[in-house]
Amino acid sequence: MIENQSSLAKINDLAFRIVDSDLFYSFSRNPIVVVSAVITFVFIIAATFAPWLAPHNPFDPASLDLMEASTPPVWLEDGMSKFMLGTDDQGRDILSTIMFGSRVSLIVGFSAVLFSVFVGVGSGLLAGYLGGWLDTVIMRLADVQLAIPAILIALMINGVVAILLPPQLQHEMAIYVLILAIGVSDWPRYARVTRGSVLVERNKEYVAAAQVIGVHPLFIMLRHVLPNIMGPVLVMATIGLALAIITEATLSFLGVGVPPTTPSLGTMIRVGNNYLFSGEWWITFFPCTALVTLVLAVNLMGDWLRDALNPKLR
Amino acid sequence: MIAYIIQRAFQALAVMIVVSLVSFMLFNFVGDPVDNMVGQEATYEERVAMRDNLGLNDPFLVQFARFVGNAVKGEFGISYRIQRPVADLIAERMPATLELVIASAFLSVLLGIPMGVYTGIRPNSWLSRSILVGSLVGVTLPTFVIGILLIYIFSVGLGVLPSFGRGEAVQLGWWSTGFLTVTGWKAIIMPSVTLALFQMTIILRLVRSEMLEVMRTDYIKFARARGLPNQIINFGHAFKNTLVPVITIVGLNLGSLIAFSIITETVFQWPGMGFLFIQAVGFADIPVMAAYLVMVAVVFVSINLFVDILYFVVDPRLRADKTVAAGN
Repeated sequence: MIENQSSLAKINDLAFRIVDSDLFYSFSRNPIVVVSAVITFVFIIAATFAPWLAPHNPFDPASLDLMEASTPPVWLEDGMSKFMLGTDDQGRDILSTIMFGSRVSLIVGFSAVLFSVFVGVGSGLLAGYLGGWLDTVIMRLADVQLAIPAILIALMINGVVAILLPPQLQHEMAIYVLILAIGVSDWPRYARVTRGSVLVERNKEYVAAAQVIGVHPLFIMLRHVLPNIMGPVLVMATIGLALAIITEATLSFLGVGVPPTTPSLGTMIRVGNNYLFSGEWWITFFPCTALVTLVLAVNLMGDWLRDALNPKLR
Repeated sequence: MIAYIIQRAFQALAVMIVVSLVSFMLFNFVGDPVDNMVGQEATYEERVAMRDNLGLNDPFLVQFARFVGNAVKGEFGISYRIQRPVADLIAERMPATLELVIASAFLSVLLGIPMGVYTGIRPNSWLSRSILVGSLVGVTLPTFVIGILLIYIFSVGLGVLPSFGRGEAVQLGWWSTGFLTVTGWKAIIMPSVTLALFQMTIILRLVRSEMLEVMRTDYIKFARARGLPNQIINFGHAFKNTLVPVITIVGLNLGSLIAFSIITETVFQWPGMGFLFIQAVGFADIPVMAAYLVMVAVVFVSINLFVDILYFVVDPRLRADKTVAAGN
C-alpha cells in the first residue's frame, strides 16, 4: 500500500515536472506545434490499431470484390457509403489501406532512425571521446559516405541486399532490408553532430572530475557525456524521421521498396499513378495527402524542437 | 593555396578509390558473373574457360587493378539485361540527364537567389511571409508527389504539357539535345520544375538567413551612414558576402540533383541515366549499377573539388591568410 502510494506520488511528481518544464510551456504556447503533435498522434494510433480500427481488411482476399474496384469517394456520384475515400483498382478500401500503409511507413521510419541514431551517435561518441586513429577512420568513412547522396546509397543497399537474398525470403525480408538501407544511408550526419558536441563536452570540468576519480571511460561516455549531447541529436532525429518516411515512400514508389502485397503509402501512390489518366485520381490523391500531412507535421515539430532546445533563443 | 588544393585532391582520390572498390566488389561478388553471362546449357568446361578468360581466378588486387584500369577507359562490361556495352548505354542517356540537371540548376538559382535576397532585406513584408510559407511546401512535398501533381494539373487537367519522354531530340554528334525543338522545350518544363523546387527552397532559405545575418553587421550600418544608395548596399556589400556558403550549397546540390533525377526521370519516364539505373536495380543488372555509382561519384567528387578551388576566387580572406603565412 505504501509502495503503491509512493509510486503514485512518483508519477504525480513526474507529471508535474513535465507540465512545469520550459519545454512544455513553449509547446503549449505554440498552436501550430500542438496541432502537428495531435496529427502525428492520430497517425500513430490509427497505424498501431489499424487491424481493429480500419473499416475493412485490405489483406483479406475474401473480402475483396472486383465489382467494387475503383469506386469513387462517398461524396461523388457512384460513391458507396462503406468506402469513405473510395477503393483502388483491386477493390481495396482506400482509407483502410492508408491506415495499414502508414503502419509500414511509421515502422520503417522509426526503426531506420533508431538504427542511424544508434550507429551514428555510438561512432560519434567513440570518435570524439577517444580521438586518435579511431576518430580518423570513423570520420573519413563518414566523409566518403557523405560524398554520395543518401537516397542513392539507400537505393544501392536495397538493390544489392535484395539480390543477395534467396528469392523466397525477399518478400518477407523486404521491410528489414528497407530499414537497413535507410538507416545506413543516414548515420554520418549523426556521427558528425555527435562528435562535434562531444569535443566540446570532453573539455568540461565534470568530465575531468569523473576521469580523476577513475570512472571507466565507457561509463563517462554513456552516463555523463551522452545526456548532455542529446538535445541536438533529438532535433536531428525528429527531422530524420520525416526524411526516413519520405525515403521509404520514394523507394516504394520507385518499386524497389516493400513488395506490392504489403501496401505502404509509396506503393499505393505508385499504383494510383497508373490510373491518373483514366480519371481515378483518388487512388493516388489520398495516400499523397496522408504522406504529406504526416511529413509536414513531423517537420514542424522538428523545427519547433530546434528552437525550443536552442539556449541562444530563450 | 597549392598545399590546400593538393590535400583536397587527395581526399577526392580517397573517395574515388573507396567507391570503385565497392562497385568492383558488387561486380564480382554479388551473384556469379559467369552465370549471368553464359546460357543455362553451358558445360562445366565452358564455365571454367570463361572464368579463366575473364581473369576471375587472378588475385584480388590484380582483378581490382584491372577493373580500375577499365573504368578509367570507360569500360564497365556488358549489361546483363540489354546485352550491350554499359558504356554505350550510359553515353546514350547522359545528355538527357545532364540537360535536365542543368535546366533545374538554372531554375533553382535564378529563382532562389532573388527570392532569398528579397526575403532577407524585407523580412516582414507580406510577400516575404508568403514566400516562406510556400518554401515550407517545397521542403515537405516529396519529389515524386510534386511530379504527380504537375502531371495531374498540366497533362490530365489542362492537357498542355506532355507527361512523359523528352520530345523530339536533335542529334549533334554524339550528343542529343532537346533544346532545339519546341516539343523538347515543352517536355523539359515539368521535370525541371519538379527537380528544381526542392533545391530552390534550400537556396532561398540559405540566402535569406545569410542576408539577415549580414544586414545586422557594422559595415552595413556604416555604409548606410555614408549615405550609399540601397541598391549598392544590398547587392554590392551585403549579397557579395553571402556568396561563399551559397556557392558551396549550389555546387554540392548539383550532385544531389543528379541523384534525385532518378526519381524525376522515373515519374516522367525521362530517357536518362536515372531511369536506366532504376531499371537496372529492378533486374539486378550489376554492371549498370556499378557503372552508375562510379559515374555519380566522379561527378560529385569533381564538383566538390571545383567548389573548394572556387573559394579562393570568391573569398579574399583565404588568399590573404595564405600570403601572410607565406610572408612569414
